[in-house]
Amino acid sequence: MATAIQCRDLRKTYDGKVEAVRGLNLEIQTGECFGLLGPNGAGKTTTIEILEGLLEPTSGEVSILGHSWRENERELREWLGISLQETRLSEKLSVRETVGLFASFYREPRSTDDVLEEMQLTEKADAWVGKLSGGQRQRLAVATALVSNPKILFLDEPTTGLDPQSRRQLWDIIGEFQGAGGTVLLTTHYMDEAERLCDRLAIVDYGQIIAEGTPADLIERLGGHHVVEFAISGNSDSAALEIWQELPSVESVREEDGMVGLSVREPHLTIPALLDAIDKQGHQLEHLTTRQASLEDVFVRLTGRHLREE
Amino acid sequence: MSVAEKIPVVTIPSPKRPVRRNGRWAGYWHLLWARLLELKREPEVVFWVFVFPLLLAAGLGIAFRNKPVQAAPVAIVSGAAADRAEALLQRSPRHASFKIDVLDESAARKGFRLGKYDLVIQPDLAGGLRYLYDPARPESVLARAEVDDALQAAAGRKDVVATSEITSSEPGSRYIDFLIPGLLGMNLMNSGMWGVGFALVDMRQRKLLKRFVGTPMRRGDFLAALLSSRLVLMIMEIGLLLSLGVIFFHMKVLGSIFTIVLLGSIGALCFGGVGLLTASRAQKIESVSGLMNLVMMPMWIFSGVFFSYERFPAMAQPLIKALPLTALNDALRASILEGTPLVHQWPRLLVMALWGGISFVLALRWFRWT
Repeated sequence: MATAIQCRDLRKTYDGKVEAVRGLNLEIQTGECFGLLGPNGAGKTTTIEILEGLLEPTSGEVSILGHSWRENERELREWLGISLQETRLSEKLSVRETVGLFASFYREPRSTDDVLEEMQLTEKADAWVGKLSGGQRQRLAVATALVSNPKILFLDEPTTGLDPQSRRQLWDIIGEFQGAGGTVLLTTHYMDEAERLCDRLAIVDYGQIIAEGTPADLIERLGGHHVVEFAISGNSDSAALEIWQELPSVESVREEDGMVGLSVREPHLTIPALLDAIDKQGHQLEHLTTRQASLEDVFVRLTGRHLREE
Repeated sequence: MSVAEKIPVVTIPSPKRPVRRNGRWAGYWHLLWARLLELKREPEVVFWVFVFPLLLAAGLGIAFRNKPVQAAPVAIVSGAAADRAEALLQRSPRHASFKIDVLDESAARKGFRLGKYDLVIQPDLAGGLRYLYDPARPESVLARAEVDDALQAAAGRKDVVATSEITSSEPGSRYIDFLIPGLLGMNLMNSGMWGVGFALVDMRQRKLLKRFVGTPMRRGDFLAALLSSRLVLMIMEIGLLLSLGVIFFHMKVLGSIFTIVLLGSIGALCFGGVGLLTASRAQKIESVSGLMNLVMMPMWIFSGVFFSYERFPAMAQPLIKALPLTALNDALRASILEGTPLVHQWPRLLVMALWGGISFVLALRWFRWT
């Protein structure tokens, strides 16, 4: 399998002060859907814009489909489709005019009507962009990227601010593009989106990759597929956390807002032992849930923070 | 491998429409067309570019139109001598140019103060007449001279020098003739600066420029399309204003349409370049608005749009003549009003070409796409 996107020791410093990206390495294969996952301000957008050739890195190498931006910008532009985090397209142009305009920049674009059909925008083809809903605008943004018939699709937070139905529509579109052999690089701060779409992902924090792998890998590395969360009456101080660590099958313990969370391999071994332990301490169980571990747990485990925190 | 196993693998090619191929200029034409569509759909643009200058020209044209000479309103204070003065004036061959009212002194003075009368004639105690007039009001001065002349002639004064008169109020030397080319120049400046500068900063602010740069769009084509859209509008602006002048104010256009359009094009491109430079780095509409006004303000005042720049001190003249709007206004006036050929206007063309060309080069160097 050929490498679609590769970067080595990427760094970007704004105004000589703010280090947005601090030594980032990536290798993305063709046909892959790769996700950059991280909180706001982690350096995701800076990274993707450097890869798109829209920002000059302070240092480091970027290679797209084996070419560098410096030498083959024009060719590369023909091969990429990009959707920026926030582009306000001209409100007084119709959907068809907008896609047609973008198509005119490429040597061999796809038919505008095909793309509109695929994006479920045919009904809105003659409507002005200003009249579209948020979901339709976002689909239009992706349509302007897909009309070029790209080999690689870059999407910067494609579903931020969309309603659940619009998100799912976009996911289907991205899935179809990948199914037809396309490579996708997307950024997101939604866990479910990353788990659902990405073959592999990198968790980015403070301009560096802190973990990389398939979603299942990353969760596996957490040391348990299940999370048991409970609360008990009375205060459980930090010393008490050690007790939970001793329970069978528990991999790690954390506490938050009076709830204790255990990463657990086999809940059927942990839970009876947990109930016994609480009983012995003379506390009352006030709350108990178990669920599948998610990428959110991975992120919290790695950074001690939640993804959506500013 | 059996046939049966193979069948599901065969995919029927989806009925995709054939790939189209774009030529070298496809991007340019689409950008130009998109720009014109946007302008057409923006009611504010239609108003400021087309309706506003027409209203301005019509309003000023009507306010400063050449009025037919009206009878001067004259008050005579009633009294014994009043009848004699009125009779003398009525006997004068010029009696039609006065409108005479006889009334008491306080009413006459009040009417004079309010501007109802240009002149008050008051018989004095010695049997003569006394004129009450305001030397600061031209019509008052004129009425005094005319009335005095008429009275003296009617009373038997003999003119010692034989004189005769010819009147002249030809189209070409009226205020509206001065005004229309000036408005045309100002309009080309306003719409050039705003049309290019505002559009660019707006697109930069909306991250649309950045999105465009993410495609293989040729950056030169983009700027060329923006400037070309100005040329299309310029032709309409010239057509509208000149038609207004010709149809409603019977203006005479002496220069050829070709020359005027060519001057307009040079002017439009010149201000397009200045607009490009003004907008080359600004990130926000607010900051570019201030810059634009700063650049245009001196030209609104000094470049002879509404009144001749000859009124400014001689020392300032070379500076004023180096402004691009002065060059455009002078060139348009020379062409439209006097039919001066282009070859005689080369210093003005050079001024515009330098402003536009240097701005364009600097703008390209400093331009910020993201």
